[in-house]
Amino acid sequence: MMGRRYFKGRNNLLTIGAGVLITLLVIFIITPILGLFSRITFDQFIASLSDPVVWNALVLSLFTAGISTFVIILVGTPVAWINARHRYPGREIVDTLIDLPLVLPPTVAGLALLMAFGRMGLIGRFFYNFGISIAFTTLAVIIAQIFVSVPFYIRQARASFEQLDAMYENAAQSLGSPPVPTFFTVVLPLVKAGLIGGAIMSFARALGEFGATIMFAGNFQGRTQTMPLAIYTTMQGDLNASITLSVILIIISFLMIAVVKFKLRGYTPR
Amino acid sequence: MKFSWIIPVTAVFLAAILLTGCTGNQAEPGKTELTVFAAASLTGALTDMAEAYETSHPGVTIVTNFDGSQALRTQIEQGASADVFLSANTKQLYALRDQGLMENSSIGLFAKNKLAVITPASNPGNIMTLDDLARPGTRLVIGTKDVPVGDYARQILTKMGNDTAYGPSYNSSVRANVISEETTVTGVVAKVQLGEADAGIVYESDITPENRNKFTVIAIPDTFNVIAEYPAGVVAASQHKEEAAAFLAYLNGELGRATLAKYGFALP
Repeated sequence: MMGRRYFKGRNNLLTIGAGVLITLLVIFIITPILGLFSRITFDQFIASLSDPVVWNALVLSLFTAGISTFVIILVGTPVAWINARHRYPGREIVDTLIDLPLVLPPTVAGLALLMAFGRMGLIGRFFYNFGISIAFTTLAVIIAQIFVSVPFYIRQARASFEQLDAMYENAAQSLGSPPVPTFFTVVLPLVKAGLIGGAIMSFARALGEFGATIMFAGNFQGRTQTMPLAIYTTMQGDLNASITLSVILIIISFLMIAVVKFKLRGYTPR
Repeated sequence: MKFSWIIPVTAVFLAAILLTGCTGNQAEPGKTELTVFAAASLTGALTDMAEAYETSHPGVTIVTNFDGSQALRTQIEQGASADVFLSANTKQLYALRDQGLMENSSIGLFAKNKLAVITPASNPGNIMTLDDLARPGTRLVIGTKDVPVGDYARQILTKMGNDTAYGPSYNSSVRANVISEETTVTGVVAKVQLGEADAGIVYESDITPENRNKFTVIAIPDTFNVIAEYPAGVVAASQHKEEAAAFLAYLNGELGRATLAKYGFALP
């Protein structure tokens, strides 16, 4: 009796402690979001939507992040598959390099991209000699986004491939299916949820990219001024535009999390 | 009890966080910390001045925050704890004054500046005259419309467009060549210095003895140039108004003016 009561009391204390911690954390995360919504009325929000600085940034952001994610899926899927299924010399080095942008500060990425693709840069100077400028163009925005968000997709894709038992593709191939059709008809459908989850995380990271973009692509409305850059710029002049863009980004982020969490069964974020 | 260290370690961390949080704004005992918000174009001059001021005023530590004047204005509007605000145009500081956020009696002009066009010393865009800025394909960097240096640049280009010597298409051709709009003048200078821009419109004071050999300067004639006026004032919410006023007196005094002149500012 005594022992049981002791444990029960202890558990209650733990429950209360956990409850307090969770409540504090939720308040901590939700307060800034409420703060943002509290500074703009619905009418101001709608009015700001027609502000060119807002919709230019919105269109540019969705366009560039879309292209970035498309390129990442195209290049990243085979790379992730190879790294998951095949051993080759230097695989660990390749894996480590792919992860590097995850921990690299975006400003470092921006300066590095400028030193590589700027017109005085390692590669950029050759393009410049042919009259092609990369830095300070929409292409630079896409390059910066791919650079910072490619690990999100490849990590997830590789993990999904590794979780898949090799017997599926072995069975298909033993029945005479060549490797490439096997990949598309057998492997891809089985890991679809994981790949889509990874693509969404990449897209989200690309959409939020700021530091590398402002340094490598510059800040020009309609050409390189994505939503995060527009938020930073308009905060210094037109606060409503800044808040409107932030609210849009919060809504998009919520939608993406919701899709990943509730629609993609078999997806485990890592 | 394998994890018995968790509670003491957590307690120490929490205590440390609380302590830094509560004492973060206090300087060493007996010292006043004076926070000066200053336009990015003042970076060189004010850094020098703060050092000299701290030497001659041992009771004061100067903390500087350099950014575009429009960004500093937003920060003060949102409650940043500044004591003194040095702006690169009257628009941003007077906007604060009109909201009652400045000490009206403390406001005064302390420096003047002019604008100039700079190109990298290697001159990759082959920019020799102001006419060349309108040549298609020129990579020009200016400030945003809100940062004073960008506002002044737009005024100059408008003036030139209204003049028969350049013609109305000049303004739009030059503006079409802008590849990036920076939120500080230091951002414009950096893009030109890296050689990524063919030209930038900056303050004359941005061309210093240290970086003089990295740029070619094209002067803007006085008929088109604008005189940038730098006002300073004490922030109404300042906790150190006396010290702030003393610093402004120094800024407007012989030593302050000498430093400003050394960095290429004109004096009112």
